[in-house]
Amino acid sequence: MDKTHQLIIVGGGPAGLSAGLYASRSKLDTLLIEKAVLGGQILNAEMVENYPGFPQGISGSELGALIAQQATKYGLQTAFAEVQGIEIRGGEKIVSTSEGQFKAKAVIIAGGSGYSKLGVPGEEEFTGKGVSYCAMCDGAFFREQVVAVVGGGNVALNDALFLTGFASKVIVIHRRDQLRAIKILHDRAFANPKIKFLWDTVVESITGDKLVKEIRLRNVKTGKGSSLEVSGVFVAVGLRPNTGYLKKLLTLDAGGFISVNAQMETGVPGVFAAGDIRAGSIRQVVSAAGDGATAAIAAERFLSLV
Amino acid sequence: MAESLKVDDKSFKDVVIEAKMPVLVDFWAPWCAPCRSIAPVVDELAGEYAGRVSFAKVNVDENPKLATDYGVRSIPTLLIFKDGKPLTQIVGLRPKAELKKQLDAVIGKG
Repeated sequence: MDKTHQLIIVGGGPAGLSAGLYASRSKLDTLLIEKAVLGGQILNAEMVENYPGFPQGISGSELGALIAQQATKYGLQTAFAEVQGIEIRGGEKIVSTSEGQFKAKAVIIAGGSGYSKLGVPGEEEFTGKGVSYCAMCDGAFFREQVVAVVGGGNVALNDALFLTGFASKVIVIHRRDQLRAIKILHDRAFANPKIKFLWDTVVESITGDKLVKEIRLRNVKTGKGSSLEVSGVFVAVGLRPNTGYLKKLLTLDAGGFISVNAQMETGVPGVFAAGDIRAGSIRQVVSAAGDGATAAIAAERFLSLV
Repeated sequence: MAESLKVDDKSFKDVVIEAKMPVLVDFWAPWCAPCRSIAPVVDELAGEYAGRVSFAKVNVDENPKLATDYGVRSIPTLLIFKDGKPLTQIVGLRPKAELKKQLDAVIGKG
């Protein structure tokens, strides 16, 4: 731990990078800490068609790289480390990471969210061996095979539709008797002869030898168990905010998201949250960017007063 | 920064199985966005571990048999080989620090 920065930003997705852009253009001594690569979740999107300024659409990996390039143009410092805790000591925020501690007067938390897991036996063991959280990355490994998609939201149906391009059959397993996904995806999925639905059903376990072979299911209404032979299990049961380490410091909602006001202020002075990680976010690149700018301006105001 | 060596079904035995040093093999494909994200990190590691670990890339589109042989069903997958055997499997986009820990563990096994 060396000097005290004015601002530390946790997370290098569109929210954190936009905050970094605004903060560094305001000449705040700002350090952005990212655990993997700059760009965030958007890097995984095949095509982004709803970010203003790109009428033809743009690939997520390209957009993420451009946002990172622009954000780091004005003196934003970056460090690559996994943040493990934030602590308030006097007027300073101490950020503990896998690579040591960093200090700042203000912090913007923009750590986004990760994939929710099913939390069933076999899931961990077979991750990368048939269990996947990215249909777009792994679909091609399942040519002419039977795969399951777990979930009933937009991501689940998008995944299912995408997978019909490879798999011989796609079984959507949903714990309710209706979908949360938007109507247009509904209609496409119901019309696709390769997609079959299993309603009111949850996955109990995933088994196999070296690769996934079978999943055990349970009907939540009848309690009846069954099993299904599949070679792939695509998990699309939503996102979980990366806030495990913040429970003691901040007010989180039932889903673990950080509660903020319209200035992106958390209840703790000098601690802000932006993007997918905050409660009520619509989880779009455009809103994340807006949140980041709002948080940076609020942080600048906070710093001018302390 | 160093480049990883591109390997295929034919060169895999020479470059990976019969290597004297541990080898980190990056299974990837051009259509996989997280693979593009992890590539520069792997290139950095190739520079930092030069002389201690060698680095190779397998395009799973062009070499589906290698992916099948090693049970790769998700990309990016990094396999760290030592004495011709895959010792460590790392699936998905992971922090650089974690990759270093895994590499150090394999080197440490003497």
